Amino acid sequence: MYAFLCVVSFFSVFPLYWMISAATNKSAEVISGRLIPGTYFVQNFKALMANQDVGRALANSFKYAIILTLVSLVVSSLAGYGFEIYHDKAKDAVMNIILLAMMVPFVATMIPLFQMFSTAGWLNSTIGFILPTVSTPFLIMMFRQSARSFPHDIMEAARIDGLSEIRIFFQMFIPTMRSTYAAAMTITFMNAWNSYLWPKVIMTDATSQTMPMVVANLTQGYVTDYGMLMLAVLICTLPTAIVFFCLQNAFAEGITGAVK
Amino acid sequence: MSKPSKKMTLNKKHNLMGWLFLAPGALLILLMSFVPMFRALMLSFMTGVGASMKSCGLLNYTRMFKDTVFIQSIKNTFFYLIIQVPLMLIFALILASILNNKNLRCKGLFRTMIFLPCATSLVAYAVIFRSLFANNGIVNLVLVKLGILDAPYSFLTNMWSARIVIIIALLWRWTGYNMVFYLAGLQNIEYSVYEAAKIDGASAVQSFFRITVPLLKPTILLTAIMSTNGTLQLFDESVNLTDGGPANASITMSHYIYNMSFKYVPNFGYAAAMSFLILILVAILAFLQMKVGDKRD
Repeated sequence: MYAFLCVVSFFSVFPLYWMISAATNKSAEVISGRLIPGTYFVQNFKALMANQDVGRALANSFKYAIILTLVSLVVSSLAGYGFEIYHDKAKDAVMNIILLAMMVPFVATMIPLFQMFSTAGWLNSTIGFILPTVSTPFLIMMFRQSARSFPHDIMEAARIDGLSEIRIFFQMFIPTMRSTYAAAMTITFMNAWNSYLWPKVIMTDATSQTMPMVVANLTQGYVTDYGMLMLAVLICTLPTAIVFFCLQNAFAEGITGAVK
Repeated sequence: MSKPSKKMTLNKKHNLMGWLFLAPGALLILLMSFVPMFRALMLSFMTGVGASMKSCGLLNYTRMFKDTVFIQSIKNTFFYLIIQVPLMLIFALILASILNNKNLRCKGLFRTMIFLPCATSLVAYAVIFRSLFANNGIVNLVLVKLGILDAPYSFLTNMWSARIVIIIALLWRWTGYNMVFYLAGLQNIEYSVYEAAKIDGASAVQSFFRITVPLLKPTILLTAIMSTNGTLQLFDESVNLTDGGPANASITMSHYIYNMSFKYVPNFGYAAAMSFLILILVAILAFLQMKVGDKRD
């Protein structure tokens, strides 16, 4: 059993280890199979900077992903809370319709969205990036599920104390649902950071490109500089890896709540 | 207690509050999913570019069935779906039940390592696998050194190996993700159930099939629907790992639709018709899975 787990773990980690070691080696050394981290990191970094505007792409990616995550958490948790706490037949019916949207594949809405957004002048803009995925059925479902465990007595007590409905949400619901928010934040940030198809459609200017787009650009040439390429991949991976590591436990807890 | 009339107004007020809470989220989904979906449906009956678009009846739909690249892309996507999704879910389930064992040491470490691939961006991991399986990549190097291959094999320019590399990459990226859902689901099963089964003489395999699988059924259904949905929309891997090649042998439906809309001379009408077919496929598959999921109750 331990042997099996070790083999699986090895295959899980190896490509990532290879990426990190390649980022610090010369392309020729990477091809020759060198697996030990080298000393070519600075040169790879300089080559990458000369090749692509990584700083701008990183700034764009952070801007889009952070704004999308913040707005998305507010909108989806408000909706999930509204659906569960004030639920009645009409709202349950609306929820079912929203769940249907889960099955709408993105390619089916991509072309009309592109047309709508180019008419509105939202190409190459943050609002253009965030609007299609700022409210997702999955997150609404997740918050609705976790709102189920929000104690009703506490709410009644708060109402008797004269707290308004909005303040109950902000002062009582948000603090108690911290792990759900952490899980939702991890998922949303990762999805936003990783998204590729939609930015490729609307970010037509080189100046609004995201980090994954830059990585993809680097593979276009005939000769691949592996050291430089893997450094770009590493830079593109670090933010999601850090978010994941910081929120790992809360993420698992939040998922547990949502799966119940 | 308040008077009935006052209670009515309070209820009404709460009802209204509920609508206000959910309005932004619901309206955004209406505007960003349902409205474009209907516009895509309208578009799928039209041909031409920009302002000169005109109705063409079912022409786009009949064209699809004669389009060999599109048919190839459907075959590829279903190949990925049928091979990769069951393999991944079974694998994730096995890993989750091993990691759920109370007596296992280094549990957290193993869990983190297996989940680690999920921290990579989709484009990033596609590029990593493209490099690993390149002609001068490390996979070829190892296979040649071990004497399994005489000369480097061109994984990404041969039809079947290109498809298999995509499946390997998908398994690598997503198995840990699904495992986390199963681990979460397993938290809701009392561990004493397993201990009781063990005392009664059940083997590990028996408790897997008799306890884990039936009790995790809702989670299995959820992950099956999510991965089916994801696989039918595969895009990043097809673009960045194999570029759909060789000669469209590994292209996915979403990739072809993207090319048809933004890479070649734009044909929004035809692309919308193809995307509508995917929508119907997703709906049918999700419906079937829910039916199968219900039956075993």
